[in-house]
Amino acid sequence: MSSLERADVARLATLARIDMTDDDLDRLSGQLNAIVDAVATLATLDTHDVPATSHPIPMANVERDDVIEPSLTPAQALAAAPQAEDDRFRVPQILGEEA
Amino acid sequence: MTNLTYDDAVRDFDPVFGIEVHVELNTKTKMFCGCLNEFGGEPNTHVCPVCLGLPGSMPVTNGKAVESAIRLGLALGCQIRESSRFARKNYFYPDLAKDYQISQYDEPTCFEGSLDVVLDDGEVVTIAIERAHIEEDAGKNTHVGGTGGIQGAEYSLVDYNRGGVPLVEIVTKPIEGMGARTAEVARAYVATIRDIVRGLGISDGRMEQGSLRADVNLSLRPKAPDAAAQSAVPFGKRSETKNVNSLRAIERAVQYEAARQAELLLAGQPVVQETRHWHEDTSSTTPGRSKEQAEDYRYFPEPDLLPVEPSRAWVEELRGTIPEHPAKLRARLREEWGFSELEMRDVVAADALVLLGDTVAAGAAPQAARKWWLGELARTANEREVTLQDLPVTASDIAELQGLVDAGTINDKLARQALEGVLAGEGSPAAVVEARGLVVVSDDSALEAAVDEALAAQPDVLDKIREGKVQAAGAIVGAVMKATRGQADAGRVREIILARAGVQE
Amino acid sequence: MTDWIRATAAHMADALAAGEVTSVSLTQAHLDRIAAVDGDVHAFLHVNADGALETAAAVDADRAAGVSLPRLAGVPIGIKDVLVTQGLPTTAGSRILEGWIPPYDATVTRKVREARMPILGKTNMDEFAMGSSTEHSAYGPTHNPWDLDRIPGGSGGGSAAALAAFEAPLTIGSDTGGSIRQPASVTGTVGVKPTYGGVSRYGAIALASSLDQLGPCGRTVLDAALLHEVMGGHDPHDATSLRSPVPGAVAAALEGASGDLSGVTLGVIKELGGEGYQDGVKQRFEEALDAARAAGATVVEVECPSFVYALAAYYLILPAEASSNLAKFDGVRFGLRVERETIERTMAATRAQGFGDEVKRRVILGTYALSAGYYDAYYGSAQKVRTLIQRDFAAAFEKATVLVSPTVPSTPFKLGERIDDPLAMYLNDVATIPANLAGIPGMSIPAGLAPEDNLPVGFQLLAPAHEDARLYRVGGALESLLNASWGGQLAGLAPELATSAGEAAR
Repeated sequence: MSSLERADVARLATLARIDMTDDDLDRLSGQLNAIVDAVATLATLDTHDVPATSHPIPMANVERDDVIEPSLTPAQALAAAPQAEDDRFRVPQILGEEA
Repeated sequence: MTNLTYDDAVRDFDPVFGIEVHVELNTKTKMFCGCLNEFGGEPNTHVCPVCLGLPGSMPVTNGKAVESAIRLGLALGCQIRESSRFARKNYFYPDLAKDYQISQYDEPTCFEGSLDVVLDDGEVVTIAIERAHIEEDAGKNTHVGGTGGIQGAEYSLVDYNRGGVPLVEIVTKPIEGMGARTAEVARAYVATIRDIVRGLGISDGRMEQGSLRADVNLSLRPKAPDAAAQSAVPFGKRSETKNVNSLRAIERAVQYEAARQAELLLAGQPVVQETRHWHEDTSSTTPGRSKEQAEDYRYFPEPDLLPVEPSRAWVEELRGTIPEHPAKLRARLREEWGFSELEMRDVVAADALVLLGDTVAAGAAPQAARKWWLGELARTANEREVTLQDLPVTASDIAELQGLVDAGTINDKLARQALEGVLAGEGSPAAVVEARGLVVVSDDSALEAAVDEALAAQPDVLDKIREGKVQAAGAIVGAVMKATRGQADAGRVREIILARAGVQE
Repeated sequence: MTDWIRATAAHMADALAAGEVTSVSLTQAHLDRIAAVDGDVHAFLHVNADGALETAAAVDADRAAGVSLPRLAGVPIGIKDVLVTQGLPTTAGSRILEGWIPPYDATVTRKVREARMPILGKTNMDEFAMGSSTEHSAYGPTHNPWDLDRIPGGSGGGSAAALAAFEAPLTIGSDTGGSIRQPASVTGTVGVKPTYGGVSRYGAIALASSLDQLGPCGRTVLDAALLHEVMGGHDPHDATSLRSPVPGAVAAALEGASGDLSGVTLGVIKELGGEGYQDGVKQRFEEALDAARAAGATVVEVECPSFVYALAAYYLILPAEASSNLAKFDGVRFGLRVERETIERTMAATRAQGFGDEVKRRVILGTYALSAGYYDAYYGSAQKVRTLIQRDFAAAFEKATVLVSPTVPSTPFKLGERIDDPLAMYLNDVATIPANLAGIPGMSIPAGLAPEDNLPVGFQLLAPAHEDARLYRVGGALESLLNASWGGQLAGLAPELATSAGEAAR
């Protein structure tokens, strides 16, 4: 498992939308590398023929009927909105584009 | 804008294209919660903790949406995966309430299909389908300030009504070998998908409302001398064009992109792999904002949902509910109805196939059904700027109307008046005929009286008839029809006139 | 005159039903206690005095009118601030949710209301349940009532401390890697993590979706059982919730109270002991085993070799799922917003300010573990380790009724001692994590005080999936045996807390 450079952490912070100062990045890189080293023990394990478990209790086909359930009112939905206008959530200028 | 034409482009290059279609399902409720799935609606009136992405909320799969997706996959000739898991596609965007979309990644429920597409001239091409997977839609951003578009906007407003609506995304494999017909094929493919989803009853399939969306990928590669050599030529860099909101726009976007890319390549410049936007007003594409880093979606299986594992028996049961392929249906009906190829093409172009079918099923003769739907009703729909489907008249209304004509109760002219009444909401054809008194008069005494009156006004007609000019009777028939406001049984009137003249025919 | 705050919930419920005490006086007594000691303990982030008394009064009125009431009606309860409560602030211990009032109730909150239990307030926790000491709460740590300079455990330190300080007879916690069991161990109380899916997660602010479970906390096994039966059951709003019936926890606890362990085999997990475990912890653990043998139990050793990878797997799976679960905290729809010129900058500034260091650490680590090219080596591998751990448990349960270990390698350490060393902090969870990875239920009961520091030691029991009742039966029996040797409930031995006159903690 590779070690994390400061630039890697900066890139990850952007991906995770968390601003970081240079000090933050320095401190975090050190801590993360220690953790990554610790979890490196997994690399010694041969699991190529072991299936992954994503759900601890195996179940399938859990579905609901296509039946209407009560919604929130716009007032409830927007009650905690940092900024709202015309019953919609207001956000500053969007720079990027929809994926 | 380019100086090259599409024809130039496809003469010098070999196009390869792909299409991603998003189908919005018409389930009552959203994909992962019980909020109403309905177009329109005041902002944020169909939202709940789940589709708003509030802390602590959890999704639960809509079984009807899964069923619709499987039926769509079957109609596309796909295999249905025995076990498929949802996956999270992680990215930040204001209209994505959880800042991840629940979709499917490496385990799409439907995969490896193929679809026959019939072109206008009857030629059939087969489109290979890579996959059809289930996912949820995002909300809607409205940009305020500037021109109303995203560029130059001051701020944006977000409505999550659409967030969580079920989608099926259909992805083709790269389609090669269509040459000059590429644009036409692209359009026909999406039109076929539209017909299929409507035929299945799982979506309105309306591009103008966004319940059917298409993104078009196109690349060009140098032309090779024969098909075998052509297949060996590597694909060029492709562009992905979004915001293509109509069938016509699909065809034109392909044409534009082919010309644009050809021009670049001929000038020795590279084609950039990028996302572009189609602009209806300028009939051109422009590049999207370039991204500093490619988005890394960090897909992983959705831990809050359990795998979808449709039994083989259930899949076969669903297969039985798939209607005929639209092209096959069209061919079969053309033969049954005895239409010419041209007549059938008109029907399809008018999007009237299902309406005609239903009208015939309700008892009308095919030609009569065609006459009404492609004649009077098509004209009315055009005037009102709506689709045939939107008119307030049903297939069984038309069958009933024609039935009244066939029975002699009314004639064509009266039928048209009756139709006006039906369109005005006055009731069924029979009810309108009764209420407006549109019945053909075939009561002999009334007709005889009207004939005698008309003859009195034109006394020389009888002599002319006796002299052999039988066509002179037409003037009297016309007078009687006028006097009876078109309600006289014209044939019977003519008989009475000839009888008065003492002439047999 | 009964000192009601030191009674068990079971006793309170019986007394309420018999008319010996009113819910209002019971609730008020607890509110008074909170006002008196929470300034030092800081178990509560929000106290719901008016709401609790309102519920209590309504219960008293209904009881007087002869209306039939649920068993725990009128018994007050504290709720970990990870659970959404309509109309009551819910912070998950984070600044990013400061002041957030949810517009809906978690399913478990709804069940508590349906059980007519007055909600005393929301208890403190490590931010977004990431931690083992409650020192990562954005609102300041909770202090262990046994020694106010020491940690109460985490992430659910508030829920456990509230019990140990007699501020509440019952609390609700959440356990992702030990966040119920470890605080129980270090505060001398009882905590249970049910089988995964046994309790609905709808409305529990998610940390790691495939590991999280809500569970009951009390001072006795029977009390935890009573609360377990209120909390458990299938929920159509949680697709991962089990359809099987709620475990018969209460019946099992009552059966276990006799102290008879004949026919029961305890499997000691070899990998969860030995080096790295404090001497006093090992000693009390062995003494508990001796008591069990004397009561008829067989004790065997079992090996679970894949457990050495459990910590690594956990610290890949948890951050990965958490990084995705915490993306929704973006300043758009709720919570903190630090406004900038664009939404992208706003999101980044909001999360920088609103998240604490441990949260940022784990979100970045999780983003890394899921990123392109690393999935197979990190998250993908860790999910395979889960399979190995499940297999080890399955094999071990062939040989034993329940598996046992010390809950935590040490007694509670001092506040500040491990805060700068994340890895040292993570070692707290080494014995509790395997149960979360496998989805099986686990319980911690008090095992006495370590002789070297007089601080609480915990005894952990694990059962196969769906067999939560086994924990209550064996745990109940062991508790009886150990209480007999101590002359009473361990919690009663906690030092008296200095009380302060003044207002209730907010």
